[in-house]
Amino acid sequence: MSQSSTPASAESLRPLVALAGHPNTGKTTLFNVLTGSRARVGNYPGITVERRMGEAGLEGVGPVDVLDIPGTYSLVARTGEEQIAINAMLGLAGQRRPDAVVICVDATQFVRSSHLVLQALEFGLPVLVALTMTDEAKEAAPDPAEMGRHLGCEVVSVVAAHGRGVAELNTAIARRLRDPERREIWHWQPTAWLRRLLAETRTALPADWPSCDAMALWALMSVEPGDELHGIPAALRRAVHLPPETRKRVDDEAILGRYAFMDATLAPLGHHEPDRSLTERVDRILIHPWLGLLIFLLLMFVLFEGLFAGADPLIHLIERVFAAAGDEIKHALPGSILGHFVADGLLAGVGAVAMFLPQILLLFFFLGLLEDSGYLARVAFLMDRPMRAMHLHGRAFIPLLAGFACAVPAIMATRTMERRRDRVLAMMVIPLTTCSARLPVYTLIIGSLFPARRIGGVLPAQGLLVVFMYAFGMAAALLAALILSRALPPLRSRRLPLVLELPPYRRPRLRDVRGMVWDRSRRFVTDAGTLIVICSVVLWGLLDFPRQPASPSRDWKAAIAQVEPAARPEVERAKEAERLQQSYAGRIGKLMEPAIAPLGFDWKIGIGLVGAFVAREVFVATMGVVYGLEPDTAGSSLTLREKLRQEKRPDGSPLYTPLVGLSLLLFFALACQCTSTLAVVRRETGSLRWPLFLFAYTSVLAWLVSFAAYQTGRLLGL
Amino acid sequence: MKSVVSLPELPLRKLAVVEAVEGDRAFRRRIMEMGLIPGTKVRLVAVAPMGDPLTLELRSSRLSLRRKEAAQVRVRV
Repeated sequence: MSQSSTPASAESLRPLVALAGHPNTGKTTLFNVLTGSRARVGNYPGITVERRMGEAGLEGVGPVDVLDIPGTYSLVARTGEEQIAINAMLGLAGQRRPDAVVICVDATQFVRSSHLVLQALEFGLPVLVALTMTDEAKEAAPDPAEMGRHLGCEVVSVVAAHGRGVAELNTAIARRLRDPERREIWHWQPTAWLRRLLAETRTALPADWPSCDAMALWALMSVEPGDELHGIPAALRRAVHLPPETRKRVDDEAILGRYAFMDATLAPLGHHEPDRSLTERVDRILIHPWLGLLIFLLLMFVLFEGLFAGADPLIHLIERVFAAAGDEIKHALPGSILGHFVADGLLAGVGAVAMFLPQILLLFFFLGLLEDSGYLARVAFLMDRPMRAMHLHGRAFIPLLAGFACAVPAIMATRTMERRRDRVLAMMVIPLTTCSARLPVYTLIIGSLFPARRIGGVLPAQGLLVVFMYAFGMAAALLAALILSRALPPLRSRRLPLVLELPPYRRPRLRDVRGMVWDRSRRFVTDAGTLIVICSVVLWGLLDFPRQPASPSRDWKAAIAQVEPAARPEVERAKEAERLQQSYAGRIGKLMEPAIAPLGFDWKIGIGLVGAFVAREVFVATMGVVYGLEPDTAGSSLTLREKLRQEKRPDGSPLYTPLVGLSLLLFFALACQCTSTLAVVRRETGSLRWPLFLFAYTSVLAWLVSFAAYQTGRLLGL
Repeated sequence: MKSVVSLPELPLRKLAVVEAVEGDRAFRRRIMEMGLIPGTKVRLVAVAPMGDPLTLELRSSRLSLRRKEAAQVRVRV
């Protein structure tokens, strides 16, 4: 992927300013204000965590690069994701070393937030503090000059949303960049015991790491058996392999030492407790055991309805525009392969990408509002218990729900989880939820093969079956999470305790949300979109070539010329049916037949399954062409339903029995036969391994379940 | 009368002071870094729908922990 190129080589030699801080401290807002919201987004090498870089102009310095380090509570790390902060701030693991580090400290909780500042100062980093949220903190905010004097670094008060203090911050950064001095500042004194331990550990540090006490302390506190850190040499692991009591003693000394300074010296600078009455009042309702749950479910209903109903008109509009453009091209270039390729292959693929955008925009806009207001953390709190039962993260609830609309935006929404393992697990099960593209297929199968009866004169049998399919999809997704997280080593990793901050409620800043939505959509189009178009073109080639029936059963040209004009379309459709049956897709269908015959499917269904790879609902249109019917994308075509009911096996028995219908339904429910989903999983995991695994396991699962259902049904004489 | 209990045993919204923090090392280190250390004032402010996790208020911030791990924190009422 182009974005994950090594940062050092790709970027200029301009000064680098790194922006760090706890989550929810207004860091992103500050980044957007400093850089004018123009970020180059890439990935940290080896990890799919976004690396956001921007550019700012500083008076007296000129242009500088600004790096937005993901929110972190501490430099001490336990996972590869947490390790990003230390690597980015120190310039380790191939990262560029920052020339200044701006740490955002939330003025409403400046004591607690200063812990990160103290850690950075111990490393001798060129630190300066941006004291954010001072408008909210009011009297509770410390005096920046006084706080700076105690800390030993410059502190600038900023209200980024209103641009207040930004000029001062820029000046301070410029000053810091001109000052080459780097001094390690410790606000607590390690005991003689710890000093000895630090000195010993320093000798075991890798040569390309800074050889300082802070680095030794980092290793002592971070490295332990079972951690998920990258690039820790075995020699260092051995050196810091200490008994648990010793490690606890190190932790105590460092953390309590820092807090002793913070509580004694910094805390008195805030003359008031910050006003938290709003958060207090709102939380009494929003995380109330049942009221909170009710409101959450209501909100989810709105989101779901929005994804379904709200995005629908836009999706249809895009569909019509692309169809019309395709027709224009075919008219302009009649009969040419090029026109055909552009219209049905390329343009259809681009249209498919565009059709995902309304739902992506809506979902991410909604998620952005939830995240910035502070509510998303409450979702994790409310959903932790039920989701944990399935080994899923509390935040996986919203992506799973969004999966009922479409797996593509849902998989992108897994980004709200910090750990890769949690994200990948959610991605592996989201495609099992019943997305809206399956609905036309379900409608066709259920409508044609199951009686429109009412059970007990009340409950509609067909409707119940649809409801069952939805429940089946959800149950399959949850069960798969439970099983995959036990069976698959990369997804197993021991369960981490929950440590979740519920940030104070704040008004979301529309500009930040808009920027995030724009970023996501753009990256979807450029990364996953390209792959979707390629797949779409390949599938078009399989379905549309050869252009003429390979071994025609009759002279079609003559046949079309012979019949009267009114009957021509019918003959042309018959020819098209034969052509498709003999196309590459048709050959694949025939090749597949031995594999899918035990599920009750014939090779014509095989062609439909190939077509369904474009998007599941294409199954309906493909089956229509296979049976030589008029093009109909709605899936409600009565003639296709009739056709399915009349279709016979070679022995004269009906092909589409309700049992075959059920087998087909189960197959569609489980198999991840959707190139767009696979493309977006590739994009989000940054590897080919996961989409391939997803495809393989869902296909095998679908085959086994359909097989079991069909063969059991046959034994029962259905 | 003063008594020492574990965090989940605290009555809702009752102010207490952290006495000792135990538990898995990484967990303990993280909550201590976030300010849950001996001497810190803490209140239990919410319990999630199925009785787990819990939300605490400390140092004018809110922190959610699961019952099992919160039981490793002892507080003085």
